[in-house]
Amino acid sequence: MSVDATTVRRIAHLARIAVSEDEVAPLQGELNAILAFVEQLGAVDVTGVEPMTSVTPMAMKKRRDVVTDGAKADAIVANAPETEDHYFLVPKVVE
Amino acid sequence: MTASGTTILNELTLAEARDGLKAKAFSAADLTRAHLAAMEKARGLNAYLVETPDQALTMAQAADAKIAAGEARPLEGIPLGIKDLFCTEGVATTAGSKILEGFTPAYESAVTANLWRDGAVLLGKLNLDEFAMGSSNETSAYGDVVSPWRRAGSDTRLVPGGSSGGSAAAVAAHLCLGATATDTGGSIRQPAAFTGTVGIKPTYGRVSRWGTVAYASSLDQAGPIARTVRDCAILLGSMAGADARDTTCADLPVPDFEAAVARGVKGLTIGIPKEYRVEGMSAEIQALWDQGAAMLKDAGATIREISLPHTSYALPAYYIVAPAEASSNLARYDGVRYGLRVPGKDIAGMYENTRAAGFGREVKRRIMIGTYVLSAGYYDAYYVRAQKIRTLIKRDFEEAYAAGIDAILTPATPAAAFGVGEKGSGDPVEMYLQDVFTITVNMAGLPGISVPAGLDAQGLPLGLQLIGRPFDEETLFAAAQVIEDAAGRTRLPPAWWA
Repeated sequence: MSVDATTVRRIAHLARIAVSEDEVAPLQGELNAILAFVEQLGAVDVTGVEPMTSVTPMAMKKRRDVVTDGAKADAIVANAPETEDHYFLVPKVVE
Repeated sequence: MTASGTTILNELTLAEARDGLKAKAFSAADLTRAHLAAMEKARGLNAYLVETPDQALTMAQAADAKIAAGEARPLEGIPLGIKDLFCTEGVATTAGSKILEGFTPAYESAVTANLWRDGAVLLGKLNLDEFAMGSSNETSAYGDVVSPWRRAGSDTRLVPGGSSGGSAAAVAAHLCLGATATDTGGSIRQPAAFTGTVGIKPTYGRVSRWGTVAYASSLDQAGPIARTVRDCAILLGSMAGADARDTTCADLPVPDFEAAVARGVKGLTIGIPKEYRVEGMSAEIQALWDQGAAMLKDAGATIREISLPHTSYALPAYYIVAPAEASSNLARYDGVRYGLRVPGKDIAGMYENTRAAGFGREVKRRIMIGTYVLSAGYYDAYYVRAQKIRTLIKRDFEEAYAAGIDAILTPATPAAAFGVGEKGSGDPVEMYLQDVFTITVNMAGLPGISVPAGLDAQGLPLGLQLIGRPFDEETLFAAAQVIEDAAGRTRLPPAWWA
């Protein structure tokens, strides 16, 4: 399979990465080179093979459903570009 | 040691430095100062992104107090470099990306916390490929790392490999006694091979991933790079261990890795997988591989040819699985909670502009491939198929081990280090092929070690890889020590940069 320019723009939008018009053609070439490379996987017989879900056989660790951490609001917002009263500020999303 | 017999502290091995500190032959403060001075002279290599001299000296003085009190811990006073993918409390952490410029973690990664618990000293943060995506350290937003190695009679700038290029270069140039690194497809083993150093990627789950910036979570694993097999064993002993904060971190005790170094290989069966004899393999690499097998045989191992039939599919399957996981992991860089923010006409525009400005070309490429293979209509054809092939790759190894193979010997890389700017500018796949021998190990979650085994015709180091059973790093240390003893420790290059 290969991607056309429209698909490149659609993927970029899904990935939330702005691409300028002059970036589309080179990206299309690079993505198609990767897709051509992975094409060979189609030759493998995977009938009856389970997809891997965990590389080591282990049961998911569980713990009691209790509060184990918290009261770190200052530290949590310390790296944010814009904050107010321990809230992250973003551009208006509701009119 | 110099010819005149005076000790150059930063040229000691980690084990020698540890023993010298214990014997009070020098102080931890002296040892740290020797490294800080070497780092200052080596800034042209661009291995360190951040130097932390004040913190280093404070930690070294605390170590001297512990030693004086007879309370030395396993890594007391040992100066280390930390790949800038590990969060360090109060010290900038960028993952080699503009999108994390200015980010200062409020917490310490599990790996680095374990090292400080054992008395190690932080020298600074090491350069890397952006988000660990690369095989040459050329995708870093903060510039290329230059290898301390040069081809005989040439001053062409060579890459140190990647993504742990800063770690490997710093260890090879004596800018730390050892370094932390991470490996998702070969990012510890390939740079170690390129720089004449030793690097081990432990079994998936041996080391906690908590606080390490994520690339592809089912493949990422941290490990050390150091100048000897023993030094790697010492470091892994401190880095590893159970951690409730990482649900994939195994609840297993940490073996005495350093003791395993002296075990030898008598009675072990070493597999030589015929599928690794790839088309176009150079005679030099083939000869190195044969020599490695002979070294193990001379030390008492049995060598047996084996077959791992799905080997050639590991690299393409990786370029579906890893980008898919990356596209999900890197969704968090949205200009809201940390790092860069670039305004836009609305919130989606802000996300898109932030990520366009903050991510480099290779990272964007992988996020987009990952987004595509996970998108509606393509998920089964790409992602599910790749995960089925991963099951087959792992099964190949399981069958070899079930048939009595203790470890597998392969080349670490297809060739020695290449020049800055020589590969991958047109076709990204050219660079991806660097990892052809290492990537199967990540896909199967196994441990793998790269150990120097000789030099190529141009005088550059070449490495061999040993692949082990799950959670059997001990056999790898034992076998790698046999190769290190037989091949002789690599003579690291003289400091042309200083």
